[in-house]
Amino acid sequence: MKTMKNDSSTLKNYLLPLGLGLLVLINLFLALEFLGIEIIDRYYKGILILMQINIILAVSLNLINGVTGMLSLGHAGFMAVGAYTSSLLSIFLSNMNLPEVILFPLVLCAGGLLAAVMGLAIGIPTLRLRGDYLAIATLGFGEIIRVVLLNLDITRGARGLPGIPNYTNLWWAQFFMVLSVMIIWNITASNHGRAFVAIRENEIAAEAMGVNTTYYKVSSFVIGAFFAGVAGGLFAHHLGFISPKSFEFMKSVEILLMVVLGGLGSLTGSVVAAIVLTGLPEFLRFLQSYRMVIYSLTLVLLMIYRPQGLFGRHEANADLLKAWFNKGHGRSGGGKGDE
Amino acid sequence: MNDLRKDSNRSLLNIDKLSISFGGLRAVSNFSMKMERKDLAGLIGPNGAGKTTIFNMLTGVYRPQEGEIRLEDISLIGLPPYKINRLGVARTFQNIRLFNDLSVLDNVKIAYQYRGRYSWDKAILRSKTYHQKEKEIDDWSKEILAIFSLQDKAGEMAKNLPYGAQRRLEIARALVGKPKLLLLDEPAAGMNPQETKDLMNLVKKIREKFDLTILLIEHDMSFVMSICEKITVLDYGQTIAEGIPAEIKNNPRVIQAYLGGEAPNA
Repeated sequence: MKTMKNDSSTLKNYLLPLGLGLLVLINLFLALEFLGIEIIDRYYKGILILMQINIILAVSLNLINGVTGMLSLGHAGFMAVGAYTSSLLSIFLSNMNLPEVILFPLVLCAGGLLAAVMGLAIGIPTLRLRGDYLAIATLGFGEIIRVVLLNLDITRGARGLPGIPNYTNLWWAQFFMVLSVMIIWNITASNHGRAFVAIRENEIAAEAMGVNTTYYKVSSFVIGAFFAGVAGGLFAHHLGFISPKSFEFMKSVEILLMVVLGGLGSLTGSVVAAIVLTGLPEFLRFLQSYRMVIYSLTLVLLMIYRPQGLFGRHEANADLLKAWFNKGHGRSGGGKGDE
Repeated sequence: MNDLRKDSNRSLLNIDKLSISFGGLRAVSNFSMKMERKDLAGLIGPNGAGKTTIFNMLTGVYRPQEGEIRLEDISLIGLPPYKINRLGVARTFQNIRLFNDLSVLDNVKIAYQYRGRYSWDKAILRSKTYHQKEKEIDDWSKEILAIFSLQDKAGEMAKNLPYGAQRRLEIARALVGKPKLLLLDEPAAGMNPQETKDLMNLVKKIREKFDLTILLIEHDMSFVMSICEKITVLDYGQTIAEGIPAEIKNNPRVIQAYLGGEAPNA
């Protein structure tokens, strides 16, 4: 009799081997660099920062798509709102001489909050839709945001927004990544998280058991949008330049890809998938023009052999990894039974 | 003090002239019923008589076009299902609706979601309240599972349980929120005679243990006749008989409804 524990104790099981290992490594690099020994150059640092940003994006989208079971295709839209809001704020506030330690978290939070407000604004009318319909509605929303950004004066339209201070460094990126993942993890491991999962599993039963489904669907959307906004802010302050082109539909798809590949409903899966999918194209650079072919092929093969994603719905923890190494991979994915 | 006495005298559930139509079909018409605390009543009738429709109106899935439903002093008309559940009405479904891909324990925990609630910040910060509440939820859920002899299966996925255990889990899930009124929609459907007998004892047991008022829909006549103290018979959305099991058994209108007018072929 195999049991899958899903209580808070798995947090320790998962964080120690996976997340902490990576973080310790990064911090070791940073500490050495502080002492004047540079091990990783700007290029690798850039990739690491992108990985952290993508982790935030994937985990926050997983809260909406995987945990609550609402197919959303507008994540890049929320990211754009956060990116533009925080960038404009830090440009305007740059002559106020606020120290970066205060200013940067402040503008990121502002970006996240405005994205959350957007999430609320589109969540309330559209969340009565389900499945494909919701997907189309959120897709439309993402495009609306992009077109609005393209036509506003303050965002400089298609010319893009240059001169964003490069506040994002590895320290900040990993700080916000850890914070975001911890918050979302704690939410899913709580009473509120159970409400999200209940909606995914059977909305009618959830409602009959006292779960305010509308409230929780909107909450999930708003929380997901908030962290997408924060990630957008980090992204903007990393590149120093953004334009509406950075937040096209394909960006949403890219994030969704990470969520699906990692396993819908598995936050640890999203973390791993975000790292792999950010690193893979860089890693494959030596293949030159065949790079994207191999990349796409990898995705196709993964989906054929593990349609439920790397981790399915489970969180990676010591038990699971042990079982996986011993048995290969014999767990069934399991469709939704709502007949 | 006086208020308190009045309170305990009032009936728990008061259904008054409830009606609903779907298009041209009058699914339930003028249905009235009263339930006192700790009543165990049955709702029977041929297929399509409107029994589940009544459950759906009681739990807020459908909004009745006419009539009134009162739980103690509160009108349930127009309230969404989750609010009605929070007021103390829990149900099971005719076609089992468990959270299939979740563990048995999580299935039960979700139904304690509202009573065991704590705020978002406590969840995010993992404060003391979080741990206390989670422990309370865990302990109480396991206690409930033990009553239903499901404690050994707590970690298994709900969809992997045998049929009888799934039915029991549905009742356990309904009970964990400490309802005043429990609505069971065909709890014995698909069970073998032994399982049905066990279920009967279980229903009696939980009623005593939780001071529960139970209304059940059931097709298994031996089950209904032996367990219910009061039976209401529906046919084509109308009440055709009401009374204790012995009266219902011999009521000619009931026999006619079940066996048909002239040619009895059951």
